[in-house]
Amino acid sequence: MRTYLLEIKYEFLKALRNPAYALPTILFPIIFYYFFGVIFGGKQTGNVKMAEYLLATYGAFGVIGAALFGFGVTVALERGHGWLEAKRTTPMPIASYFVAKLAMAMLFSAIVVLLLFTMGIYLGGVTLTFAKGLTLLATLVAGSITFCALGLAVGFFAGPSAAVPIVNVLYLPMAIVSGLWIPIQFLPNALQDAAQWLPPYHFSQLALHVIGASRGEPVAVHVFAMAAAALFFAAIAYLGYRRDTAQVH
Amino acid sequence: MSNTPAQFTRVTKSYDNVEALRGLDLTIRPGELLSLLGANGAGKTTAVRTLLGLTKPTSGQVRVFGGDPRDAKTRTRVGAVLQIARVPEMLRVREHIHLFSSYYPNPLPMTEVIEAAGLQGLEKRKFGQLSGGQQKRVLFALAICGNPDLLILDEPTVGLDVEARRSLWKQIRAFIARGKSVLLTTHYLAEAEALADRVVVLHRGVVVKEGTPREIKGDADTLEDAFIDLLEAS
Repeated sequence: MRTYLLEIKYEFLKALRNPAYALPTILFPIIFYYFFGVIFGGKQTGNVKMAEYLLATYGAFGVIGAALFGFGVTVALERGHGWLEAKRTTPMPIASYFVAKLAMAMLFSAIVVLLLFTMGIYLGGVTLTFAKGLTLLATLVAGSITFCALGLAVGFFAGPSAAVPIVNVLYLPMAIVSGLWIPIQFLPNALQDAAQWLPPYHFSQLALHVIGASRGEPVAVHVFAMAAAALFFAAIAYLGYRRDTAQVH
Repeated sequence: MSNTPAQFTRVTKSYDNVEALRGLDLTIRPGELLSLLGANGAGKTTAVRTLLGLTKPTSGQVRVFGGDPRDAKTRTRVGAVLQIARVPEMLRVREHIHLFSSYYPNPLPMTEVIEAAGLQGLEKRKFGQLSGGQQKRVLFALAICGNPDLLILDEPTVGLDVEARRSLWKQIRAFIARGKSVLLTTHYLAEAEALADRVVVLHRGVVVKEGTPREIKGDADTLEDAFIDLLEAS
């Protein structure tokens, strides 16, 4: 138990002290939200204010970034540089390594989302009841699991230098097509159809559902899609882990 | 549990059509520093990896204190300095040690680890701010913080200058002086000569010679000459 807590603590400190991780993870969603959500946030979209709608989608955007960069890139680096193997020679319970990274990504996600809430409320004129705010925060942070699994899958197959480009190629197009930057209804129909196949779309619809701005598809569909994606990515990651620890070399 | 720190019995290991180990028989005795010498590809790294439970022999058996090297219980008695390309740079020296100590049931006190690794005054430095020699000493600290009985050092002084190398030698000697065992692989024959109680020369996955540094040296001027003669003969 103590090992788990220490592992989480130091994982968090590592991330916090690493400007290459902490700055983009925190600043990108905030800058984009300020630009699209606060400056143009007064307009209505559907039955909510733009600032409120984009609070949910940029929250999702921030959570996905924290997961992909925090989990995917750090695993790829530590694995590729031999650090994970060095830890495996100790009696460390291997689960603590992954639990710590998941906890770190969730903690970072919560920080990003709370910063966005603060901006939305004080600059964007967003009004959220405490209950709704809490539900939105919980939904966003819980969704991190699916993208940590995706990050883990990337981390176990990408080399240390390929991880960042691969994550960027996945992250930005997926986010845009899923309607995280610009509300999905403003995108061309072809993209709207494609979004159905992307986990960030289902993630953002779950977040939008909390504030009553989803497209009205059943919540169960989105939950199922998120869970299925998480299992699929975790299975891929597990294959990579098995390959690494197959004791062949 | 057996008292013998490590025992290889007819260990073979092949992968990708390479026979890295071809029937290795080797024992590390209590209280000795055994140095494993060999050219690149001789099987040193594979031997170390099987000993650490990172890879499984194709045939034969590796025992560490009588146990399976892959068991967590066995791992509590072993520490290792491996060749690592990069260590997380944002953690401070004492934070790295604090975390690794938590993996072991009976870790050494922090001050003792710091002193044994010669890291006094560097506790608060981030790993990334240290020199190459200091970084190696941190890895040494992480290897000994769990109070292991067997220490495995895989080319620990590669890339270090003379002074840093001598400093690490001092720490290795102090570890041995406490009755513990060490397996050291090295390219530097002078290092084996300076530290080892016993030298084992590995060539194409088998032991071709074994003895004290003096015995191996024989009539040659240096261990290096003897080593080169040996490789040419085999």
